[in-house]
Amino acid sequence: MMTPTLLSAKKLSVRFGGVLAVNNVSFDVRQGEVFTLIGPNGAGKTTVFNLISRIYTPTSGEIDYLGPHGMLRLTEQPPQDVAGLGIARTFQNIELFEHATVLHNLLIGRHTQRKTGLWQDLFFTPAARQAELQAREKAEEVIEFLDLQHHRDAMVEGLPYGVRKVVELARALCTEPKLLLLDEPSSGLNVEETEDMAFWIADIKNELGITVLMVEHDMTLVSKVSDRVLAMNQGEVLALGTPREVQNDAGVIEAYLGSVDDASSLHRQAGNQGAAP
Amino acid sequence: MAPPPYGSLGAARRKIALLSRCGFDMRFIFKTDYAQDIRLAKHGGHVFWYGAMMLMLLAAPWLMAEYWLAQLTFVLIYAIAGLGLMLLAGFTGLFSLGHAAFLGVGAYTQAVLTNAGWPFPIALACAAGLSAAVGVVVGLPALRVKGIYLGMATLSFGFIVEEVLARWESVTGGNAGVHIKQPVVFGWTLDSGDKFYFLCLLITVLATLGILNLLRSPTGRAFVAIRDSEISAQSMGIHLARYKTLSFALSAALAGVAGALYAHKLQFISPDQFNILQSIDLLLMIVIGGLGSVHGAFLGAIFLISMPQIIAMVKDYLPASIGQAPGLQGFVYGVVLVAFVLFEPQGLYGRWLKIRTYLQMFPFYRKGMFKRQKSFQKSDRLR
Repeated sequence: MMTPTLLSAKKLSVRFGGVLAVNNVSFDVRQGEVFTLIGPNGAGKTTVFNLISRIYTPTSGEIDYLGPHGMLRLTEQPPQDVAGLGIARTFQNIELFEHATVLHNLLIGRHTQRKTGLWQDLFFTPAARQAELQAREKAEEVIEFLDLQHHRDAMVEGLPYGVRKVVELARALCTEPKLLLLDEPSSGLNVEETEDMAFWIADIKNELGITVLMVEHDMTLVSKVSDRVLAMNQGEVLALGTPREVQNDAGVIEAYLGSVDDASSLHRQAGNQGAAP
Repeated sequence: MAPPPYGSLGAARRKIALLSRCGFDMRFIFKTDYAQDIRLAKHGGHVFWYGAMMLMLLAAPWLMAEYWLAQLTFVLIYAIAGLGLMLLAGFTGLFSLGHAAFLGVGAYTQAVLTNAGWPFPIALACAAGLSAAVGVVVGLPALRVKGIYLGMATLSFGFIVEEVLARWESVTGGNAGVHIKQPVVFGWTLDSGDKFYFLCLLITVLATLGILNLLRSPTGRAFVAIRDSEISAQSMGIHLARYKTLSFALSAALAGVAGALYAHKLQFISPDQFNILQSIDLLLMIVIGGLGSVHGAFLGAIFLISMPQIIAMVKDYLPASIGQAPGLQGFVYGVVLVAFVLFEPQGLYGRWLKIRTYLQMFPFYRKGMFKRQKSFQKSDRLR
């Protein structure tokens, strides 16, 4: 049985003035899979993300999404409703709330699940207190999942980059998403942190049942966790398939991955130590 | 072997013993349940010190002369207005340079309704409501502009409201001003400074509790999210327009309440009391008090009310060319503001936090503890 399609981008194009950032891009993301976008910088991958989280509106094309009440046209929804529909994202350059603690950031992530209105908050009724305790418990579950206990009360301002990336992921998980958009989850992370990230992405898919759509440059991570890969270049689709298929595609190799021949010019010409091209 | 850095070890031990007797020791707060983090008074120390402060405030009419009690009443009134502006500027990041307009709307609404015979509570509610409505209108441009442009929009609104108050003579009495009758609360006429002080104290406590409640709940967190990163807040499902408008409305409502109490305290108001200088005073108050903290509103109000007193007292000891110069007060305010921005950007509350941490962690306090790290990780972004 075919797993249902969660997100379907149909002939997406977006033009910024004279620049055609995304040109006729179509792909389907199936429920429960890890779908990766790869490609050189400037290929339009983050632009596709911004189209899905409705920061941009496409010039043409549509995005269909399996919302809580059936398929809907995502391109007609305002940006602040995207989280409520179950789509969460992380940002490439880390958009955390700097002057708040890690726990505070995660609790802000629980905003779509809030059960109280302004007046209940103002008077802090027992219902508000109950909702606060529940939100805290849910946030603690995410903290435990990602091992952030040590940093729970630390101000984000003083945290190292690797920890910030994890907090960004934790905050996205707190929204209880169905679809998680990860923008370069392993950029800036060392080998150990990247391995942790790979385990967490696998856990998110297997334990939490969340569909993951990610942009990635680290091909080892991509091969390890992805189910399908979409390669883009200059706003257009190059190839779509399993990681192995895409990595062996000639067009992708030329535009992005490079081949052994490309590397020969980088070998040092050092007399009797010369490596064979 | 090098000598210990704090003099002899014995001297250090004696200092630590003295500090812990005064209540400044390293407090280890053992957290046993989540409710502890949600409670307003986080540990016994909070309960003790704030309780003691409340007792002193309740006993103030018997401890203070009438003049100083009046000054304290003004501190409370300005603290309420400061809480409003702190919510808007400190917690939501929307800087309003025309906040005195809401003060004026509240004051004049209260004046007109009280003189027409309306009971105090209803007039106060109307003052808050009308200020909130004006706040929503002022907030409409806020949805589209940021930073300095918002400042300009709110600044012009301040001027507009001041002009309206001056020109709408049939209602406001124009530049001649309006006298206000004394407030009658549920049958009691508050004809003395003491009674009015208790009314102000009650309203201040309620306002503070309201703001503290907001800050520990999703609404307040949404405000902080908007301040720190709008794009991130939006991707978390926070409706930017709704929360910015709400922030303006709440902030204006608090300023309106403060204005109403101000009108009753002075018993005479005129449009020039709600001009740009008053707006700047309010902004000065929260910046010097400590942006982004509830304590900052109160510390700023204390600073604002006590500065003229201090200047008046010191004036006699200064040479005549300085002491009798016109605009000395404005000059001193300006110098103090610049000094705070340069040397103590976290304001009076920030300085208090540093002192308290120093005393609590003695002798382990490190000089660079509160130094703000420049973040080199973010790309250049206009905030």
